[in-house]
Amino acid sequence: MTDRQYIIGEFSPASDDDLIICRCEEITKGEIRRAVFDGMFNICEVRRLLRCGMGLCQGLTCGRLVKSVIAGEIGLSATALEDATARAPMRPTEMFIFAKEVTDE
Amino acid sequence: MNNPDVIIIGSGVIGNATAYNLAKRGLSVTVLEKSPIIGDGGSSRNGGGVRQSGRHPAELPLAMYAIKNLWPGLSDELGTDVEYCQKGNLRLGKTKEHLDILKGLVKSNTAQNLDMRMIDYKEAREICPYLSEEVKGASWCATDGHANPMLATLAYYKAARRLGVRFITGVDVVTLRKIRGRIAQVCTADGTVYNAGQIVVAAGYESRKILSSVGIDIPMSQLLMECIVTEEAPPMFEQMLGTAMADFYGHQSKHGSFVFGGAHGFEPFATAGDVQTSSIGTSSTCRAIIGYFPALQHLKIVRTWAGWLDDCADHIPVIENALPGLTVGCAFSGHGFGISPVVGVLLAELAAGEQTTLDVSAFKHDRFKAKI
Repeated sequence: MTDRQYIIGEFSPASDDDLIICRCEEITKGEIRRAVFDGMFNICEVRRLLRCGMGLCQGLTCGRLVKSVIAGEIGLSATALEDATARAPMRPTEMFIFAKEVTDE
Repeated sequence: MNNPDVIIIGSGVIGNATAYNLAKRGLSVTVLEKSPIIGDGGSSRNGGGVRQSGRHPAELPLAMYAIKNLWPGLSDELGTDVEYCQKGNLRLGKTKEHLDILKGLVKSNTAQNLDMRMIDYKEAREICPYLSEEVKGASWCATDGHANPMLATLAYYKAARRLGVRFITGVDVVTLRKIRGRIAQVCTADGTVYNAGQIVVAAGYESRKILSSVGIDIPMSQLLMECIVTEEAPPMFEQMLGTAMADFYGHQSKHGSFVFGGAHGFEPFATAGDVQTSSIGTSSTCRAIIGYFPALQHLKIVRTWAGWLDDCADHIPVIENALPGLTVGCAFSGHGFGISPVVGVLLAELAAGEQTTLDVSAFKHDRFKAKI
């Protein structure tokens, strides 16, 4: 049970806030930190708000980094946060490949 | 703090919008959410349609009001861009049977003064140049559109939180309890009891079990829906798209990716409670899309997801003060997102004991009659 009223303090800018964490969607550390201060307390809410981990690599590159930024702001260990949900397909796949039907050839 | 004016069960877009509208009145509000994640049900798992066309006659006035009065200013009001785009809805048909279905929808909706009409292939191609030549015609409603449901749900959450609404996640509400004839307590699985002046149940399908603890049973079932998301593409078209047979629907988001939903016919056999895409859903949706939009066939699918609809027996919601102390908003049957801003206003009015902006008498739960 988490009471979201839990106040983590005022947002204060940091010198590395312009560091890009999610390269596919170009989301910075500062944007992720700001989202946590706006009440997004897990990776799922942060990525729905910002799109980090929703681009071409689906978070394979930045997933752990995003998690550690969120955990750092809340004051938790990164292992205490759930990973982002992995979703099919494993690799980006063109629509016409999915659309193929069984043929007799 | 432990005895708020209103407790809302469910932090989906409906619950959050209601919380926001109640907090604007200066009422103290607590939102209880079963999941550890805000808005993790249908609110984050839908196609984002903000449409009037094709709505049930009872629901159409709500959609028309929301699109005229609430959606255009929502991003500014909530302080978050919800990516509302009002560029029309094309509902496509390939056969005479399809066109007859579309004509029926146009007849029903225009009878309630919605600006909607049938257009031929040529005009549809002018609106969306990527249509397949197999398309024979379409219905067209220029004032429909789409928005981003994940952002809208979290925008209401952020705005409500700023107004002092208390959100508690990971709380499994089991029963409601009556005190001297009035619903006044919420009991959770871990034995905690919350008291409130008014209780709003907006928990999607899960509302059914909670409401059954006070003798209300709304005939709804869970229905699986699946969506696919493509990689980012250059801007191609801005309309919300659908088909007469409802075999797929979707739009291109502001980000550039396309979001399409589709039906494969085996949804009633999905495993209850398990939100997983099936092995055939993506294939069937891709076939349907390529049939209407051949130009999209080389776009890559990057992600697929599934969600549950709280599908009601008559496919329209329950919005009412069902018992003293109890307000209900559920059974949106897969088209609640588009009307969520106005439903948030109406539920707040009901919960605050005010006259409602629109007539909600069609949405009482006692409308269900036995067959004999």
